[in-house]
Amino acid sequence: MTSPLLEVRGLVKQFPVRKNLFGRATTFVSAVDGIDFDLFEGETLGVVGESGCGKSTTARLLMHLIEPTAGTIRFGGRTVGTAELPVKEFRRQVQMVFQDSYASLNPRLTVEESIAFGPTVHGVSQREANARALSLLERVGLDPRRFAGRFTHELSGGQRQRVNIARALALQPRILVLDEAVSALDKSVEAQVLNLLADLKEAFGLTYLFISHDLEVVRFMSTRVLVMYLGRVAELGPTEALYTGSRHPYTTALLGSLLSMDPDHRTAAPPITGDPPNPIDPPPGCRFHTRCAYAEGVCSARMPALLAGAADAAPHWVACHMHAPRSGHSKLKAGAAPETA
Amino acid sequence: MSTAAEPLPAAAILRSPGYWVTVGRRFRRDPVAVIAALVVLALILMAVFAPWLAPHDPLQGMTLRRLKPPGTEGFPLGTDELGRDMLSRLIFGARISLFMGIVPVFVALAVGAAIGIVSGYAGGWTNTILMRTMDVFFAFPSVLLAVALAGALGPGIFNGMLALILVFIPPIARVAESVTTGVRTRDFVEAARASGAGALLIIRKHVLGNVLGPIFVYAMSLIAVSMILASGLSFLGLGVKPPQPDWGLMLNTLRTAMYSQPLLCALPGVMIFITSISFNIMTDGLRSAMDIKA
Repeated sequence: MTSPLLEVRGLVKQFPVRKNLFGRATTFVSAVDGIDFDLFEGETLGVVGESGCGKSTTARLLMHLIEPTAGTIRFGGRTVGTAELPVKEFRRQVQMVFQDSYASLNPRLTVEESIAFGPTVHGVSQREANARALSLLERVGLDPRRFAGRFTHELSGGQRQRVNIARALALQPRILVLDEAVSALDKSVEAQVLNLLADLKEAFGLTYLFISHDLEVVRFMSTRVLVMYLGRVAELGPTEALYTGSRHPYTTALLGSLLSMDPDHRTAAPPITGDPPNPIDPPPGCRFHTRCAYAEGVCSARMPALLAGAADAAPHWVACHMHAPRSGHSKLKAGAAPETA
Repeated sequence: MSTAAEPLPAAAILRSPGYWVTVGRRFRRDPVAVIAALVVLALILMAVFAPWLAPHDPLQGMTLRRLKPPGTEGFPLGTDELGRDMLSRLIFGARISLFMGIVPVFVALAVGAAIGIVSGYAGGWTNTILMRTMDVFFAFPSVLLAVALAGALGPGIFNGMLALILVFIPPIARVAESVTTGVRTRDFVEAARASGAGALLIIRKHVLGNVLGPIFVYAMSLIAVSMILASGLSFLGLGVKPPQPDWGLMLNTLRTAMYSQPLLCALPGVMIFITSISFNIMTDGLRSAMDIKA
């Protein structure tokens, strides 16, 4: 495979929970706790997981909206935030669409002003930025004549999200981070916006990081899927391979929660019970062992490494002792990955 | 990505009325507020054109005609304890009283809003240091602080004004800080940061427009307070010095005639009351006109 467009290595973000008398944090919550993944040019990487698993924190870390506690992000082989690639330069390449379409647009600016703001920051003249805003409005399916001079409260949710997409595209980025971008829309509008996103990806050669809790939508949109659990990567693989042959018990359980389209095949029992453990005090070893049906001694003793199978056509990574050779787990799967990955 | 849009004539774009146009339209629908605004306007015009409106010299007195009741021939509102025409003094008094009401608030608005917006947007240590400093001023009752400052600085219009400015900076800064903190965490500010804009540009383009309205409305509500405080300072002999006509000062000097000419004594107080209540009602109307729920 070609070299990745974006390489994320050992990314950690800890938020202070409790501070001592001198304002120094004594307790942390690790929203993102050491994740690694690559994003390849032209793909759509879906990110799924329960609420609170660190999906949005990952997005904000990628955007450099918050500083990582540890870890590096490399874009096109250059480390972000160093002299190789200053953050401002990087920001032109990666843009984000937020979940709340209303809060992410300035209520005092017209649609045209909102979209044209980004380019002017990067030295594009106001007139050219306005022209770009109008053509992008057209591109996202909003008639510039009717919408350019409007304020956000005059638009519907779907229209606002189209404006947000146009705003993100105004900087001509290569990567678009879509953080629950369609989750707040109703189903018919959601479908339209998803189709628009697919069209735009084709037209502008974009790469998407598609964050969602909606497994069906992720399956429809993504080329690969990353499953997160409590700030760590549980599984990462090609969409169909992951949906039809999930390796991590958590992924299996997550997919099992999908409602069947066939009324004769009802989901009988809830696949996982309880809530995720408190991330302030995460369980030792595998994060999932407290809720996993296959948990054994090794699961609470050692943290499983993220390994790809030896026989995979496209790498299909999983962090589970049942797939790690010589882990000592009694239900070790055949064809598991070599120890070094 | 192609940016070559077909040139769209600016006139072809349908433009929504701007925020302030909408606010103005909503304000005009509130009759009480409009009347209050007209009273404020009339008072300001009265202050500006005082020399043409006043029938007599406000400083020229005559002991022979002192303390005439309202309705006296030639002196429709009577004369004061030195025989000066009350009407002329009230008209000229509007100059200093309105000046003392408006100017300190606007100076404090500029300084307080800057402090509040910077500390609200920066957060962290900057916020702590700036806002705790404001809290120190806040700890004193405003009247006491104004009196103490004016007393320490010595009497005079300028010192009285300085005292009022210092009194009004902390509350304005506090309001500015809290509104800014609310705006800073909104996604559109995040999006502006994500586009690579610096703090100053974000404040100018995305924060100011969303916070100035509420801060301004709050400052407007302080004008009435400022006027009353200024009158109070003058009453205590810490603001305006005699013989200059000022409503607060007039209230003070006419106090001695309270039992012989009660109606006369009340006149400066009536002016203060009308002015401050008009400002308050106008501000209230403006506040509800600006409270646009999308």
